[in-house]
This record gives sequence, structure tokens and C-alpha cells, in this order.
Amino acid sequence: MSQATQAPGVVELERPAGDEEDRHDRPWIVVVWNDPINLMSYVTLVFQKLFGYSLAKATELMLQVHHEGKAIVSSGTREKAEHDVARLHAHGLWATLRQD
Amino acid sequence: MNVPPAPIERTKAGDFVVRLSADERELLRRLTGELEELLREDPADPSLRRLTPPAYEDDHAGEREFRSLMSGELDMRRRGSLRRLEETAGHGRLSAEELEGWLTALNDLRLVLGTRLGVTEDQFADGFDPLGPNAHGLAVYAFLTWLQESAVEAAASALQDEGD
Repeated sequence: MSQATQAPGVVELERPAGDEEDRHDRPWIVVVWNDPINLMSYVTLVFQKLFGYSLAKATELMLQVHHEGKAIVSSGTREKAEHDVARLHAHGLWATLRQD
Repeated sequence: MNVPPAPIERTKAGDFVVRLSADERELLRRLTGELEELLREDPADPSLRRLTPPAYEDDHAGEREFRSLMSGELDMRRRGSLRRLEETAGHGRLSAEELEGWLTALNDLRLVLGTRLGVTEDQFADGFDPLGPNAHGLAVYAFLTWLQESAVEAAASALQDEGD
């Protein structure tokens, strides 16, 4: 998959004051990656059960994983994101977290 | 047209009926037993790597901390689900909780076997060659997939009714 490139105009050469604070405020996101083994129906069910998503929302995220290779399935504090990743791993899904 | 009944189906009473032959039930017991043994005796085996994917893409310190916090709990849950499948493999009916154990255990079995066989997303798109390499392993993988599809469908139908 190709990476989205950042337009030159938005590259910040000097970090503005208060950036450290911004870094702490930015949410952590949980990404689920496509894999050849997990069943599409199973992935949809896991999204519904773990996050309380509707069938429509869970299906949409599953299809995004399937077609685009990955999807952001939840976000929040680092602790919440780690907890979500652990629950996804417990269900056999390939999930990672990173700060947005 | 005669459609064979699904191996796992939700009943009107809200539990789940399991229709499998004695040989299929024995196969499930054997597979879960083998995976439990592998987890116990050779947890570094490369075929187990999909059970514990990295949580952080490139933060090694974060990854170490995540492992030390979570791996014990994840491992315990995994063994619990496998044990539950092994113990209830002979049952004609399953509770919702037992089905939950089947779902994750069947998925773990498929992840390990699929990793070992190097399966692709459309593994059976061109059919199944009974004389091809890995024919036996692929047949077992296809059996687990068929059973898990049915377990997912049964669990999804229960979830859908809860939501109504």
C-alpha cells in the first residue's frame, strides 16, 4: 500500500510553543490490519461485541480492513487503546495502537 | 433441494445445538489438545506468532511494557477457551458462554494451522486438490473454517435478537 504524503506547505520546521502539551492531548488510535485467515463474518461479530457497534457500522469497518488493508476501530487515552488492542488480540485480530 | 443442516444452530430456547459426527468431535479434541501442548511446551514456535501480534508498530519500550502487562492474562484466556472447547466437544447443546469459548478457540486453531500452511485469503478459490501438497492439513483447515462460519452465524443471530 502506498503512503499518503504530506503536502510540503504543512510541514512544520519549527515546533511551536505548547507543542509538548498538544502531544499529550492527541488521542491514541487502534488500527486493525487485514490478514488472510480471520473470517469476514467473525471480524464483524468481534467489532459488534467489543465496541457495541451496530451491524452496519461493524460491517463497514470490516470491509474497510478487507479492501484497504486496515481501519481505525477505536480511539481514546493510551490506557483505553491498550485495553482495546488486548481485547482484539484475545479474539485473534491483528491490532496495533499509535498516537494520532 | 436438500441443504444439509448447519453444524451449529441457535435453538428456540436460546442455546445452541451441535451436529457433528463422533470422528469430527474427536478431531476437535485432538487439535485443541495439540495446541494446548504446543503453547505449554514450545511457546516460541513460529506457528504461534499470529496469536500474539505486536501491539506497537515501532515503539519497542511500549511493546515490552504491553507484553509484561497483558501477556499473562491473554495466555490464560486463550488456554481457558481451548480447554472449554476440548471439554464440550462431545456435547449436543452449548450455552452462549460455551459457544463463546468455541468461537475464540476455533479461531486460534485456524490462526495456528493457517500460519503453518501459509494459507491465502482465497485459498479454496480454485477448489481443493486432495492429492496436492498439505492436502490433509488443508482439509482440517477447511473443516475448522466451515465449523467457525456456522458458530459465527449462530452467535450473530443471537446478538441480532438481543439488539431488537
